[in-house]
Amino acid sequence: MGKSLLGWIDDRFPLSKMWNEHLAEYYAPKNFNFWYFFGSLALLVLVIQIVSGIFLTMHYKPDAAHAFASVEYIMRDVPYGWLIRYIHSTGATAFFVVVYLHMLRALMYGSYKKPRELIWLFGMFIYLCLMAEAFMGYLLPWGQMSYWGAQVIISLFSAIPVIGDDLTLWIRGDFVIGDATLNRFFALHVIALPFVLVFLVIAHILALHEVGSNNPDGVEIKKHKDENGIPLDGIPFHPYYSVKDIVGVIVFLFFFATVMFYFPDGGGYMLEHANFIASDPLKTPEHIAPVWYFTPFYAILRAVPDKLMGVGAMGAAIVVLFFLPWIDRCKVKSIRYRSVIFKANLIVFCISFVVLGWLAMQPVTSVVTMLSRVFTFLYFAYFVVLFVTSKNEVTKPVPDRVTS
Amino acid sequence: MSVDVVDEKKRRFLVASTSVMGAVGAGFVAVPFLSSWSPSERAKNAGAPVEVNISALEEGRLMVVEWQSKPVWIVKRSAKTLSDLETLTDSLRDPNSENAAQQSSYAQNIYRSRKPEISVLVGICTHLGCSPTFRPEIAPADLGADWLGGFFCPCHSSKFDMAGRVFQGVPAPTNLSVPPHHYLSENVILIGNDGGAA
Repeated sequence: MGKSLLGWIDDRFPLSKMWNEHLAEYYAPKNFNFWYFFGSLALLVLVIQIVSGIFLTMHYKPDAAHAFASVEYIMRDVPYGWLIRYIHSTGATAFFVVVYLHMLRALMYGSYKKPRELIWLFGMFIYLCLMAEAFMGYLLPWGQMSYWGAQVIISLFSAIPVIGDDLTLWIRGDFVIGDATLNRFFALHVIALPFVLVFLVIAHILALHEVGSNNPDGVEIKKHKDENGIPLDGIPFHPYYSVKDIVGVIVFLFFFATVMFYFPDGGGYMLEHANFIASDPLKTPEHIAPVWYFTPFYAILRAVPDKLMGVGAMGAAIVVLFFLPWIDRCKVKSIRYRSVIFKANLIVFCISFVVLGWLAMQPVTSVVTMLSRVFTFLYFAYFVVLFVTSKNEVTKPVPDRVTS
Repeated sequence: MSVDVVDEKKRRFLVASTSVMGAVGAGFVAVPFLSSWSPSERAKNAGAPVEVNISALEEGRLMVVEWQSKPVWIVKRSAKTLSDLETLTDSLRDPNSENAAQQSSYAQNIYRSRKPEISVLVGICTHLGCSPTFRPEIAPADLGADWLGGFFCPCHSSKFDMAGRVFQGVPAPTNLSVPPHHYLSENVILIGNDGGAA
């Protein structure tokens, strides 16, 4: 009965074909390590955000007069409303943690390199989309940080010569951030951007399954196939990696639940204290800082004492990542077989990213500003050094097949 | 009919012209959607002028009123503050208020005001739109020994003097803007209207 039903469906819809192509007969390298958990975890967080988000929209009101109160209503009066909201706010942080680690994996093992440039580009667009999602979502509670954070970010566009002021007016839909802004950000946050995000995730995975996964050794497993055309170093994603990923999911959910139940505001870095005060267009909070996942770019903005240049530097810090596949000219993919210069460069880059993030949370002093400039310089130096040194990099011999 | 001959040239022309017409059509369809994001008629009408009575404003104090949902500051400055303004010229970006977009001609003077002692400013930083903090004290620990009073933006540390003029070496590009305003009587200001004098 089951078999004939499947046959009936398969004659009308490629169910078995898709199952095999993407799971049961998708051959992934057998040497995946810890760093390969984060792709599937990102997918899990996307599902968590969509489900918790749908339930939040059932109680939230995207109206400047009611938004703040409706969030308090969710927290106090809706049965388990507090839990659903904390799932969603913790999910936002989890999303960025997972995505940053996923991106670091790509930097280490050269996963952005030929033939995987498009996977990287789709991934970068996902990251961009995610930042827009997080930013617009943060306006919705309509607290002080929501309001002034949005004011700052939208004003970034006013740095664009000639059209800047009209552009910000158009984005806000009013002369200041108001009901019109809140209402349209709600629409973008709950339907337009998630739609784009899901589309990009599908494209990201389809591109990955077309060329096949990279691995910690950075060698192509498709070079050595058995008589059936199956890579010798490949194992079917399902059941091998689906089961491995479930272990990752359990560990991840352990951390997720810990944060959600015991540190839902993340010490003021996930839900900022000033955001528990309703928005006041006449008063900026004393100390304004973005949520933690935007802080490195905010530090770069703050480091430059010129409006257009500051906004330009901040934008460039993100845009330059798109070009990584062409900046890195070394044929060897994995950090395991690359030069000491590459390793040192990547470590300095990671340190700069973290330190910039920390600096952005500090009140401005001359020391903070000076350090921000140094680390902004080091952030960009990564790409320059990589471009210059990667062409004729002295690398170690790369094995023909994956090592265990 | 001779059916087997395909006129490739004609086909290319038809494909190209259909695509172009389709793109033009899509462009027209986009207009209403993109226009819907511009300020609505209701939003445009909301910015009516505001009348403010400043008779209770003491010297050295700041009062905030709301105009077009923006904070507007009114500060009564002392004679000492006014004379201090003259000493700052070299450390400012635009000491003579030459950027005409930031004030009307009646405020294009060193005090940036109609009456020297009364300053009227839009309290929105010209960098990224935060509302700076009023810091009238002389030489506070965090702003340095040569601080003569002014406005400090907590977001990205832009600094302005007591006339809203921006200092050099900070991210804000221009002086704070002076809203259109005029005096209806000795102590009543109408904010949002120049009173004919441009």
